[in-house]
Amino acid sequence: MSAQPKPEAAAARVATPSGIEVPVVATRDMAREPDPGLPGVYPFTRGIFADGYRGRPWTLRQYSGFGSAEESNQRYRFLLEQGQTGLSVALDLPTQCGYDPDHPMARPEVGKVGVSLFSLSEMETLFAGIDLGAISTSFTINGTAAIIYAMYLAAADKQGVPRGKLTGTIQNDILKEYVARGTWIFPVRPSMRLIADSILYANEVTPRFNAISIAGAHVRDAGCTAVEEMAYTLANGLAYVDELIRRGGDVAKFARRLSFFFYVHMDLFEEACKFRAGRRLWARLLRERYGVTDEKALHFRFGVVCGGSSLVAAQPYNNIVRVAIENLAAVLGGAQSIFTCAYDEAFQIPTEFSAEIALRTQQIVRHESGVAATVDPLGGSYYVEWLTERMESGMREVMRDIDAYGGVVKAIEDGWLQRRIAVRAKEKKDATDRGERVIVGQNRYRREAQADSYGEVFRLDPGIAARVLEKHAQAKRRRDAPRAAKALDALEAAAATDQENLMPLLVECCHAYATVGEMVERLKHCWGEFQEPVRL
Amino acid sequence: MSAIATPPLAGKRILVAKPGLDGHDAGAKVIALALRDAGAEVIYTGLRKSPEFIVRVALDEDVAAVGLSILSGSHQELAREVLDGLRAAGAADIPVFVGGTIPPKDRDALLESGVKGVFTNDTPLAQMIEELARALA
Repeated sequence: MSAQPKPEAAAARVATPSGIEVPVVATRDMAREPDPGLPGVYPFTRGIFADGYRGRPWTLRQYSGFGSAEESNQRYRFLLEQGQTGLSVALDLPTQCGYDPDHPMARPEVGKVGVSLFSLSEMETLFAGIDLGAISTSFTINGTAAIIYAMYLAAADKQGVPRGKLTGTIQNDILKEYVARGTWIFPVRPSMRLIADSILYANEVTPRFNAISIAGAHVRDAGCTAVEEMAYTLANGLAYVDELIRRGGDVAKFARRLSFFFYVHMDLFEEACKFRAGRRLWARLLRERYGVTDEKALHFRFGVVCGGSSLVAAQPYNNIVRVAIENLAAVLGGAQSIFTCAYDEAFQIPTEFSAEIALRTQQIVRHESGVAATVDPLGGSYYVEWLTERMESGMREVMRDIDAYGGVVKAIEDGWLQRRIAVRAKEKKDATDRGERVIVGQNRYRREAQADSYGEVFRLDPGIAARVLEKHAQAKRRRDAPRAAKALDALEAAAATDQENLMPLLVECCHAYATVGEMVERLKHCWGEFQEPVRL
Repeated sequence: MSAIATPPLAGKRILVAKPGLDGHDAGAKVIALALRDAGAEVIYTGLRKSPEFIVRVALDEDVAAVGLSILSGSHQELAREVLDGLRAAGAADIPVFVGGTIPPKDRDALLESGVKGVFTNDTPLAQMIEELARALA
């Protein structure tokens, strides 16, 4: 049964997806601060840089990776040849959850949603022929982020690239994993330790590398609104700041390397204003709560994904249009790096054909649309300044709710935040089923039985798991076994006490070709595993 | 549907499970809430459960149906393992449903392997409940 409301029902829609009522026409007197000031000046409503994209174009960063390191290496070389300017590594679930490919839980998932990186041997293959000193690399990795970062350092050592030259990002945001994405391993508190270890270490060793990307993308995709996406993310951000300060970090220093990551969905103005509001609110929070005055430390730098759950399986070519609109919203919001999903990601890993269209979309926005020519072209619009204010106060309200509950860590441990998001997801689904939330081609203007409209089908080589297993056995046979055992023992000993930064020990484990599964086993032995609250 | 009618899944105990390592649980939770609204008694496993665990819970809790939520692309293998497990335990009569990101090309293969129904995120909840109620009648 497909909902087909009458056209006049759509005309009555007067709220943004976050529920902010939209005026028929915005006027000068609606915003309290109608003049947003200049970009590059606190509170950075219009952007963190005075010259916007003229000085620093956004990074075109397509998320990619599948199968074994060899296949992904080929795809990366293809994307770099096509003008991509940064790599974004998708890892398979066993690597993300800390299982070696031969673990019973891992077998069906090896190489499926990303590349298998069970040890340094695989990372060496992944980046063969790619100079790590010349490229910035982003890893979507959380539960095992510290390990993958250590592996990246070891890979750079092997290539002879000085660590200080490395640029890139590890997501390393465990709090939202408990809430939405689900690749947690350890309980919340030791996980926070590992994150603080990696950030503090990275600040010293790889000063140009972002050791965390605090992400709202996944809670957004799990169902919450744009306002909640930003509010939950900033709340998590403050929790990391508190932890780093507790560990003796200097906020004016480490805040310079904190970065953020979001989804862009379809409401162009709400999305652009979400970034304007979030950027301003983050700067204000750091100043209000911690007295930060260092301009660079107040900079809210963020990457975005266009697509995700806003993509639709029905009539998938329409997704190219959706992604282009979302791409515009991200640029109008001032994103530092952008990933555009391929139109077929609603139902499969992109083919090379669809991945190329996604990249071309960004290039068209950059070189043909003219939107990046002047900084924050929306600035000063009555509607945009008003909506930015409304969103900022909505975000503060959500953050107050979390504080009132007892803070984000408690809200997660109790499952309170998870329940709030599940209820939101249900509301969104109900609104879609009722046809109030229009999805063209799915619940409006749907055509049944368009069986041939899916385009090229991506086929993952079915022999991958077997090949990865073989390489895993081989890597363990070939390594210096006593060195690996010694490195793992040292790691476990240090993890058992709270005295030492674990990063140098993880780097040594990687150099010794210890596997991700082995390192995680040792840490689990000390810390146990997260017990998921499943009450609905 | 009038407000006083018996909910369509009243008295049915249904297991909603997340097999494998996939951590996307928004869909599973929406389904669990919808089943509960429809009168079912819902057991939700939480993330990262092995097929053996899911089969054991299905038997121990004497459920009327099992729903597997899979968005990682491993639906063929994981559904097969759960179906085999139920069969081996003499519980092949417990219907298994699959929901998630299921490419159109895989849908028929799942149904042929013994899955009773396949739902994706564009399936209206009311339709899912209706199909379930019919299968469990």
